[in-house]
Amino acid sequence: MVSSPYFSLAVLFVVALAFGLAPLGLAWLWAKAFAPPKPNPTKNAIYECGLESKGDAWVQFRSAYYLYGIIFLIFDVEAVFLLPFAVAFTGLSAAACIAMLVFVLLLIEGLAWAWAKGVLTWA
Amino acid sequence: MAVDQELKIELGKQGIFVATIEELYNWGRRSSVWPMQFGLACCAIEMIATTMARYDMARFGAEVFRPSPRQADLMIVSGTVTKKMAPQVVRLYNQMAEPRYVIAMGACAISGGPFKQGYNVLKGIDRYIPVDVHIPGCPPRPEALLQAFMTLQKKIDEQHLTGEGRPRFLDSNAQGEFPVPVQAEHDLEPTSNQGVWPVQIQGLGTRD
Repeated sequence: MVSSPYFSLAVLFVVALAFGLAPLGLAWLWAKAFAPPKPNPTKNAIYECGLESKGDAWVQFRSAYYLYGIIFLIFDVEAVFLLPFAVAFTGLSAAACIAMLVFVLLLIEGLAWAWAKGVLTWA
Repeated sequence: MAVDQELKIELGKQGIFVATIEELYNWGRRSSVWPMQFGLACCAIEMIATTMARYDMARFGAEVFRPSPRQADLMIVSGTVTKKMAPQVVRLYNQMAEPRYVIAMGACAISGGPFKQGYNVLKGIDRYIPVDVHIPGCPPRPEALLQAFMTLQKKIDEQHLTGEGRPRFLDSNAQGEFPVPVQAEHDLEPTSNQGVWPVQIQGLGTRD
């Protein structure tokens, strides 16, 4: 094994891994010795400027991101599916072709909607 | 075990630096004490002045004032604590992650100050939470707040990692939760926390 041409690469890989993991390991050991966990209900409570919080923390979700979700589906995910289809569709049965065209049709509906909404033009 | 002071100086002259892990750990901790954004009244204006250009507190390590108690090491109680606000102060102190320190800035935070006769004034925040440094003044000058910060840094320098005298955050049996008072009919309930009030007077190891 020592004579393999990749042996030095393996050594370098192990050393690089150790270089990164050793400080983490030391920090973990230090925390085990000198950072005893002391949880209590007030410490773990939700922060609301010192008041008692009613309910869980609200996460701000920007609903405008649904547009990006649709555009991503059309242009990225569909392209990934279309490429093998384009190569192999002469060898597929008719039912498989129709299933694939239904999939493309659904995504074209999304594209048409985004186009009509004016999302595809620069503001 | 610590190295003899003269030996340290001699070695230092030869270019050899000797330190214990405890010294390094405390040096790291005291050089980066991050306060929490917590201003209540007029002393808060002096605290803001201390963070600004002339009396810059960032050069002592208080680089950012964190808005969240989880990311802060130090709570500077600056201003009058009313009985309505006291539960919030105690709850915020409880929500800070250990190690945590408190500076009571100004006469109001120490003992109620000029408003001591007020029916709604809490006569000192050290009735509920342990305070590390008290700064008298109404309001104390920014230089006084810097002096208090340096006193706190000296206190941190003298904390031990092991043994009987180690601070609260290293001792898993020490008190971690300080009971939050509630508004009762005439006053806060309880009027003070046991073990915190009355205050045990402790001196620093080295006098300034």
